[in-house]
Amino acid sequence: MAFSLTQSARQTHDPMDSYVYDGKSAETRNLKPGELSTGTTIMAIPFDGGVVLGADSRVSTGTYVANRTSDKISQLHDRIWACRSGSAADTQALTDYVRHYLGQLAIETGRLPTVKTAAYLMRKLCYENKDNLMAGVIVGGWDPVEGGSVYNIPLGGTCIKMPFAIGGSGSTYIYGLVDSEFTADMGKNEAVTLVKKAISHAMARDGSSGGIIRTVIVSEGSNEREYIPGNNLPYGP
Amino acid sequence: MSLSFSSGGSAGTNSRSSLMASGTGRTTRPIVTGTSVIGIKYVDGVMLAADTLCSYGTMAKYKDARRLFSVNSKTLIGGGGEYSDFQTITDLLKRNALEHQCTADSLYDEDNSEDCAREVWNYLRAVMYNRRNKMNPLWNDLVVAGFTQTSSGDEPFLGLVDKIGTTYEDKYIATGFGSYLALPIMREKYRPDLDEGEARALLEDCMRVLFYRDCRALNRIQIAKVTKEDGVLISEPFEIETSWESASFVSPKGQLDGDGGW
Repeated sequence: MAFSLTQSARQTHDPMDSYVYDGKSAETRNLKPGELSTGTTIMAIPFDGGVVLGADSRVSTGTYVANRTSDKISQLHDRIWACRSGSAADTQALTDYVRHYLGQLAIETGRLPTVKTAAYLMRKLCYENKDNLMAGVIVGGWDPVEGGSVYNIPLGGTCIKMPFAIGGSGSTYIYGLVDSEFTADMGKNEAVTLVKKAISHAMARDGSSGGIIRTVIVSEGSNEREYIPGNNLPYGP
Repeated sequence: MSLSFSSGGSAGTNSRSSLMASGTGRTTRPIVTGTSVIGIKYVDGVMLAADTLCSYGTMAKYKDARRLFSVNSKTLIGGGGEYSDFQTITDLLKRNALEHQCTADSLYDEDNSEDCAREVWNYLRAVMYNRRNKMNPLWNDLVVAGFTQTSSGDEPFLGLVDKIGTTYEDKYIATGFGSYLALPIMREKYRPDLDEGEARALLEDCMRVLFYRDCRALNRIQIAKVTKEDGVLISEPFEIETSWESASFVSPKGQLDGDGGW
């Protein structure tokens, strides 16, 4: 597969040469003026039999909220989903490519692709185009091989399987909360409660996160979607 | 680098420096910031609204910051922008009010010892413009509301002073994001005979839109009014209702068979 958005010869250029210490956050410094950012809070926790993914719904250009009820959880395949953060355009394009390749793979092999494959496809795109992309993605889903699993793919294209994953600009505010409340063998209901609680807390403190909470609970038999309105959050804005 | 409380500061140029510009360095960019303040005249006087959030960059750090301040019984100010500079301004106005009170011509003559709103507005214009000329602005947008003495008695007054000393007065005022989102709503709905309930509903509507569309806004707001009978009254902070129920909001967009929307 020879997909690449840039020339394949790697130029010797140290990105730290052009880094300016201007106080801008890693999440927003590479956005072009006017570009939409899903400066965001995203999260995924696997449980026995599936995965719960959650995200806020704020899409911003600078300090203007361009969309207050967007959907940041995109479906890559029947039981594989991805939470998107970073540039809205970049993540939408990545999602489209991965959907295409996963669809092709499913037809060719005749069976459900694994979450690992989806994550590695996403990672390949993010890594090989790292100079031109600003995308932090969490891939989560269910497959017959591993059951529920979650992969975190931050800026730069690292792909790492995690017991739980949080991402986006709002995630910095909830590391403490999630570290203290997460346990390894959570059931479905506990995982869903923690996702909703943690994202509410992040939305309460991060200016780039807000709106509603969308969750998807992926299991062998189904994808359950939930919508928690902004005036009914577990922890107020 | 040595810290200095005395006049002169690190630049050491201005030996006549007033209490305002001494030893504190320059505000080159705002750090802790408040967002919009909006105001409108109505039949009994003037009403202002502001949320209680001060942001630290993108972080919603201080959720109970008071951005509406009562100068005296006739004047109310609201401030957006750098919160430390707003606190400096409120301290200055409090100090002035106290001096005025203590040096009034007669202990029994309290009627004319307070500055009216227009006087406060003009004084703030001088302060802000003076700081701008020294390239050390107080990084605020201030809304001044209250009653002002005219030949025909006390009239409601509503005006704005920005960080470079620009001033204007109008029937409705908004700073920051409010000037883009709230002003059109206020222009549409304004009538000279708005009563208190209508004015308050209008301001709440505007604050609701600002909460939806401004990344640095909060749904916890204060409303303050100035009237002839009651002077300045600033409400306790309260939360405004928000709506998230529309079908187009609830329907998810991210499925495989989605319409490509977001």
